[in-house]
Amino acid sequence: MSDIDATHPLDFDAPRLTVKRPAVRNDAQGTASDAERASRAMSAFVRDMSPGVATYMESCIHCGHCAEACHFYQVSHEPQFTPIWKLKPFKQAYKREAGPYAWFYRMFGLKPPVTADELRDWQELLYDTCTMCGRCTLACPMGIDIAGLVGLARHAMFAAGLVPHELWAVAERAEREGSPLGATPKVLKERIAWLEDEHGIEIPLDRDRADVLVTLSSVEIMKYPGSIVAVARVMKHLACDWSLRSDGYEATNFGLLSGNLEWQRDMSLRLIRAAEACGAKVLILPECGHAYGALRWQGAQAYGKPLPFRVLHISEFLAEQARAGRLRLKPLGKSVTFHDPCQVSRRGGATAAPRELLHALGAKLREMPDTGDANWCCGGGGGVVTIHRADELRHRAFEIKMKQVEASGAEVLTSSCSNCRLTFDDGAAHFKWPRKLESLLEMTADRLVD
Amino acid sequence: MTLLEFVRGPVFAVSLAVFLLGTAWRLYGIFSWPSKPDYSEPRRTDTAAGACRAILRHMWPRREFQRSGGAQIANAYAYHIGLFLVVFTFAPHIGFVRRLTGIAWPALPDAVTYLATAVAIVGLLIALMSRLTNGVQRLLSNFDDYFSWVVTMLPLVTGMAVLERPYVPAPVIAPALPTNVAFLAIHLLSLELLFVWFPFGKLMHAVLAFVSRARTGADFTRKGVAL
Repeated sequence: MSDIDATHPLDFDAPRLTVKRPAVRNDAQGTASDAERASRAMSAFVRDMSPGVATYMESCIHCGHCAEACHFYQVSHEPQFTPIWKLKPFKQAYKREAGPYAWFYRMFGLKPPVTADELRDWQELLYDTCTMCGRCTLACPMGIDIAGLVGLARHAMFAAGLVPHELWAVAERAEREGSPLGATPKVLKERIAWLEDEHGIEIPLDRDRADVLVTLSSVEIMKYPGSIVAVARVMKHLACDWSLRSDGYEATNFGLLSGNLEWQRDMSLRLIRAAEACGAKVLILPECGHAYGALRWQGAQAYGKPLPFRVLHISEFLAEQARAGRLRLKPLGKSVTFHDPCQVSRRGGATAAPRELLHALGAKLREMPDTGDANWCCGGGGGVVTIHRADELRHRAFEIKMKQVEASGAEVLTSSCSNCRLTFDDGAAHFKWPRKLESLLEMTADRLVD
Repeated sequence: MTLLEFVRGPVFAVSLAVFLLGTAWRLYGIFSWPSKPDYSEPRRTDTAAGACRAILRHMWPRREFQRSGGAQIANAYAYHIGLFLVVFTFAPHIGFVRRLTGIAWPALPDAVTYLATAVAIVGLLIALMSRLTNGVQRLLSNFDDYFSWVVTMLPLVTGMAVLERPYVPAPVIAPALPTNVAFLAIHLLSLELLFVWFPFGKLMHAVLAFVSRARTGADFTRKGVAL
């Protein structure tokens, strides 16, 4: 392993990957004064303002319907976990600094400035207890995109230097090393050499030209390397002109999760530059939820113009190949239930692709109750799975997921997000639950007709 | 100038001006922020249709949320419809609009609007009870919620006080003055308070519901995301 960071050592022995539980938490970065932190947060928040954000900030009718949609509220019935409440400091800042009657609020002192202490109090609400899954928007009578607003609120929290210890540590590592979990280019090369040797399959790396650039999640590289082999087998089956690139392979984006726009941009641009360098026509994102949102829907913003290649989630790519009749698959012959990764399905718009692929696999699809776009989050998204102090509530939220899976009655449980997979492994270990979430990619690779 | 002339004249004009200008200013405050171009490749391009779909889609909870939110929304529909019927189908109100604009339309029988008033009042009381007893709503609530409730309830209550006798013959348009002029002035004042408060508080959701849903509908449709 490449873990040379003694300040925030990684824990490779636990079911989920993150930094080791800190003996002393440091949930505030830098040495800025409280006044400076609050000021930076407000500046960042106003910088993100747009007609859409202003609309949402003005529209909440305080009905509280969003609470019932949130897994963290559902298992705790703590009103503070109501999704829209998580935005209270930012609504206060908006009213005071940016709303149409801001001058009125300031003149009569009706909305006090947000303080650093308030932001500290809201850290748990914005990071530990929100996976940005977006289920609340489905329940909101006003259709407010609360998850999107939480993402913007995290920008302000990062600017204030108030990010949870572990999430900041892995995000900083990702910016510095190119991977949040120690999957540096050197580690990637070593892994590929080992996998090629172990599985007798070629995994092209750093080819000068390739039609398809495949990217990975460091969770796959460090914990589920079978996914890398699976993608190589699929590409070989399709006789695809593809490559991995050591200058742009890490698709996870902890800049996005932690709230640092610059880091988010850096991480996206590494992939975009790598795709440009090899002339790729398609960039395939791995089984990772937020990676899809980061590049598919936000990557072009980092680039400043439309991307010169298509961006597909691996499940979309496989579904396309199946539709075109290029994937020859042995029937699975088992009942399967699919856990929708929030950022790919509900917030990404690719809900149909995995189902199309499962159909091509001949699986008997047994949907969970509240499935597809209304699926319950596993509880680990949005960086929550990295935060140790969030474990207790996250595990309780995972119980919803276990009940859903059991209610489906399916023999096989699958998904297309390695972060969900990590969360399921952790939840299963915690509850001694005898189920294993299988990778849809690996399941597909295992059913290829040679 | 009598009290009634005063509230029908200058006070009404000012309240209407605040209502119109305040609403316009609040909308300008939203739309004047610069838009950032979205360079991502859209999955769908029928965003205007998506905006309309979202407006309709969010009028009733999805199946998954009906168990938890259905009763509250049914009550909200009851008092919103009640308010609509009282405001727009009660003969004296139509007469009021006709005197101002020359525009009129058929009224519903008084009995229907009395029933609508009762539904609106009971519905608003249930909504207030819910806000005071439900932990989530209580936490979210602020001055705006309670003051908006009062401002909505007042015209209903003061309107009831004006009704000394059955308003006949329905659906004929109302005469210029009912018997109790003082109560009518108070009733008008309560309406004017609602007009003045509308642009500043949550009553504005009568407009923003469409703006917010349409925004989400357009953005999400672009991504091919469920509404």
